[in-house]
Amino acid sequence: MVIDQTKMQSLSDRLVQDEVKGRSPWADARRRFWKNRAAMLGLSILVLVALFAILGGQFAQWSNEELDFSVMGQVATMGAPSLENGHYFGTDNLGRDLYARVVQGTQISLMVGIVGAGIAVIVGTLYGATAGYVGGRTDQIMMRTVDILMSIPYMFVLILLLVMFGRSMSMLFLGIGLISWLDMSRIVRGQTLSLKNREFIEAARATGVSSFRIIIRHIVPNLLGVVAVYATLLVPLMILTESFISFLGLGVQEPLTSWGALISEGAGTMNYGTLWQLLFPLFFFVITLFGFFFVGDGLRDALDPKER
Amino acid sequence: MFAFVLRRLAVAVPTLLLLIVFSFVLMHMAPGGPFTGERALPPQVLANLEAQYGLNDPLWQQIWNYLYGIVVHFDFGPSFVYPDRSVNQLIAAGFPVTLTYGGLSFVAAVVLGVSLGVVAAIWHNSWVDYMAVGISIGAQVLPNFVMAPLLVLVFTLWYRLLPGGGWSFTDPSFWIMPVIALATSYMASIARITRSSMLEVLGSNHIRTARAKGMPEHRVIIRHALKPAMLPVISYLGPVFVSMITGSVVIDIYFSTGGIGKAFVDSALNRDYAVMMGVTILVGALTILFNLIVDVLYAWIDPKIRY
Repeated sequence: MVIDQTKMQSLSDRLVQDEVKGRSPWADARRRFWKNRAAMLGLSILVLVALFAILGGQFAQWSNEELDFSVMGQVATMGAPSLENGHYFGTDNLGRDLYARVVQGTQISLMVGIVGAGIAVIVGTLYGATAGYVGGRTDQIMMRTVDILMSIPYMFVLILLLVMFGRSMSMLFLGIGLISWLDMSRIVRGQTLSLKNREFIEAARATGVSSFRIIIRHIVPNLLGVVAVYATLLVPLMILTESFISFLGLGVQEPLTSWGALISEGAGTMNYGTLWQLLFPLFFFVITLFGFFFVGDGLRDALDPKER
Repeated sequence: MFAFVLRRLAVAVPTLLLLIVFSFVLMHMAPGGPFTGERALPPQVLANLEAQYGLNDPLWQQIWNYLYGIVVHFDFGPSFVYPDRSVNQLIAAGFPVTLTYGGLSFVAAVVLGVSLGVVAAIWHNSWVDYMAVGISIGAQVLPNFVMAPLLVLVFTLWYRLLPGGGWSFTDPSFWIMPVIALATSYMASIARITRSSMLEVLGSNHIRTARAKGMPEHRVIIRHALKPAMLPVISYLGPVFVSMITGSVVIDIYFSTGGIGKAFVDSALNRDYAVMMGVTILVGALTILFNLIVDVLYAWIDPKIRY
């Protein structure tokens, strides 16, 4: 025989190995994601920001409510960032430690972003999956409702709600949650429509599984990819919305704070020469948005079947 | 086409009526009335005031009167806080300003965003592309409330080139910073959408055919690629337009431009519900109108849509 026996042997070995290992589409996606340098950069930024939010408070020398009387009234000259007096990021205009305030603002902004996106994911997925799966007249009515809600100038209605029923965190969550799920429900409905005529759904229906269980057990798990991508892109949008509202002074109220409120404070005082009050919160705001956008794009590229 | 527009209007009009009723009921439910102040008014005075503004009528009567006033006379009623001014006057004072800088930023965002995206797609994976992508990624994390202070810092405080606030219809130097602040992040989004859709179109069969029959490249791009590539951009125009008006809230506060956003925030802080509702309804009407225009434009450009 001309063919080398050992080569044949190793080839057949490798074939067997590959078959045993197998690669699920999820593993493929994971591999693509880990290889995406921008996404990895974004993920590391997000991990660092999260660590800052969780552990940053341990290193603060001052609490976020304490006034430093030694810098009060001369913040522009005495309140600059310094390691000696423990104000790593300087102080704000009242003499409060900006480092502690930025840690607190980071916690709140991240929480608003994640909770807002969480509400959107749960409500939007269930709503969209139900509309898409049930179909017919129900679908028509449900999606028309979404159309109508979409054409409401939501930022104005959100401010209306906050002014009328008091500016509180719960109202902010409710207001942001009310509007954030609309896009999600549309995307999920579109995906559900393409899923619901597949064989495994038909099989489930044939064996007498209830509609509710089909949606929860068979439709929703298959939507996870799209939902994950969109949720990652929703978090920065929620953070942006909250910051916008807080920038106007209508969102998070003192003594709580958020990036938007801190940026607004810093922007108000920057012509007194206290530039650090603007730049530190702005830095965290900008890098976090970068992180989320990179990770979201990376996830989309990883999960998009068109790329394969 | 006409029937399509009519069908869309048939959805738009009830939406607007619903928005009016919704904000009216919301206002009615809100704790505290427009006349609850620091000092409680004598009951007789309060009763007279409420009678004058029609607040003691039954709710459906009030809603009907309000709707009737808007639909028939385009009258949003009197302001509750400034008795000598009507909501119409307050809105009319700010609206031209908002429309001016909002319209300019809209045009700037679309023109710059589309050009950036097209250029990046044509020279895909070259330094031009990388630069365009870099710009659009950078600009995407700079929303109006971040751009505004940064612009003032650079152009007013450091270089003293532009006025840091105020408004004049005759002096364009007042327009520059509001327009840049509003347009930046949307320009970035439009550039990204344009780039990816242009790349998709440039890889499609009809472009290959056009190139194969020897058509010059600029004609391929202008005649055959640009039109289909614009479809995703057009469907994004509705949200951009709405954001321009929403952004006016920040612009008016930060640059003291005195547009419609100022009227809205002032009324929010004064609890002047009549003005808040007037602005919300007006913006809602504009949103619906603009979405209608976008839909018609989309249907007109996309041959696949039958109306």
